[in-house]
Amino acid sequence: MANYMDIIASCKDKPGGIIEAYHAIQKEYNYIPEEALKEAARAFKVSEAQAFGVATFYSYLSVEKRGKYIIRMCESAPCHVAGADEVLKALEASLGIKVGETTADGKFTLELTECVGQCQATPVLTINSEPIFGIKPEMVPEILAKCK
Amino acid sequence: MAQEYRVLLEYADKINPESASDYIKVGGYKGLEKARSMNPKDLTEEVKKSGLRGRGGAGFNAGMKWSFVPQYPETKYVVCNLDEGEPGTYKDRIICQKNAQALLEGMAICGYAIGSNQGYIYCRGEYPFVVELLKNAIGNAKESGALGEFNIEVRMGAGAYVCGEETALIESIEGHRGEPRFKPPFPGVEGLWRMPTVVNNVETFACLPFILTKGAEWFAGIGAKSYPGTKVLTLTGDIENATYFEVPTDYLLRDVIYELGGGVKGGKKLKAVQVGGTSGAFIPPQNLDTPIDFDSMGAIGAALGSGAVFVMDETRDIVDIVNRIAKFFEHESCGQCTPCREGTFHCKEIMEKINNGRGSLKDIENLKVLTRVMVKASLCGLGQAAPIPITSTLTHFEYEYLRKLM
Repeated sequence: MANYMDIIASCKDKPGGIIEAYHAIQKEYNYIPEEALKEAARAFKVSEAQAFGVATFYSYLSVEKRGKYIIRMCESAPCHVAGADEVLKALEASLGIKVGETTADGKFTLELTECVGQCQATPVLTINSEPIFGIKPEMVPEILAKCK
Repeated sequence: MAQEYRVLLEYADKINPESASDYIKVGGYKGLEKARSMNPKDLTEEVKKSGLRGRGGAGFNAGMKWSFVPQYPETKYVVCNLDEGEPGTYKDRIICQKNAQALLEGMAICGYAIGSNQGYIYCRGEYPFVVELLKNAIGNAKESGALGEFNIEVRMGAGAYVCGEETALIESIEGHRGEPRFKPPFPGVEGLWRMPTVVNNVETFACLPFILTKGAEWFAGIGAKSYPGTKVLTLTGDIENATYFEVPTDYLLRDVIYELGGGVKGGKKLKAVQVGGTSGAFIPPQNLDTPIDFDSMGAIGAALGSGAVFVMDETRDIVDIVNRIAKFFEHESCGQCTPCREGTFHCKEIMEKINNGRGSLKDIENLKVLTRVMVKASLCGLGQAAPIPITSTLTHFEYEYLRKLM
């Protein structure tokens, strides 16, 4: 696992590179640990409050620990009319968690998202940003089983 | 006239979008070559003459936008807006996945016109695979020498709808919270790192190579006179063919749905269609015989916007859908200005109340006042457009609201 110090150092000279650094940190850790936030603030010469402000502005960045697989259910209008609510209920039931929570084994985090731009076959969910289309509630167990 | 007219997507799935040599084989980079043989001023004039208007939603004349950039500063930037966050829209993703090199060529043409050697593509965080594709395409184009001195860097957003607003997008590239700036100054004068910057949409840039190779007059002759060219549309909702199409801009909305779209799913009747994304107006069936161009849509109180076409059949609950949309805006408001932050919150609260059967006539009156304030007083397009789904449905589908009241 790449060290967050190295990741931040590699983005440091890029103007405005703090968001790029956050993306790279999340790729390794699935969230931005507090120490990494503090280091980013130092490296990019902003206050810790500002570094935290940037990290919490964007819905794809998280300062809370998350699971190995981040499942995002799209709830925008085209997915909404295609039955996103039922899929979400199936996800909550299968995982035993509510939106925003992580399973006790640290494997899955369930989040809501707005449109992911894959509206050719709704409803859509993404697992670690990879879209899966045309989901029906009965497909949920199989989809989850594929996440090892 | 039920035909598609493919210009940007003519070679979709026939060429590798990452490969500059594939693109050159089908006539690519000839537009840039021609642009570079011209005087930058004449080039801007040529683009003005083509009548090309922004494809991101605002519909501003592209050449005009470029002409606001002052000549004297040494550093200027070309920024491509690939933050398509309007729900139901994925046309910029399609343009990149089918013809990424045309986007790069278009950016380089703009760079030559305004005297800039540095471009940025701001790609939404939902599309990491497009970021990879673009990075490969840029590498390939640089290697082939096609881009010359012009450099392009890709930056990835992180899930903020407001970053589609050009000054918020600039803030985000700079590594800040994506909060829109006060305008003026406009980015053309003071943009990225306070330097003159042209921000255009993917589709706008991708039109440029064709305007240069085939001529401004050719482009001006396609589709609607005041908004010429083609438009890539994405069809979603209760529609048989939920896919993308490229059509001339004078194409009728009725034909989009019943010819290309194959009609409403399951042979049901149409209740409403929302064009332009989730901030667009709901259009009733009696207005279907309208061309999709910017001004024709404006004339019926709607907008072409991003070109998303969201179809709702006769069984759909309009109030429930608008309630969902109100929640979207409440979530996506950046919170910087009060009319939008408080307005989107209260719109959501009132819509929820009505949708749950607890609303009264007074709530509808309050919605009307609230939305009027938001349109007039919000800082950016988000707060100004957020009320449109509410106001347009109160105009055309008021009965749907009334039957849900206490």
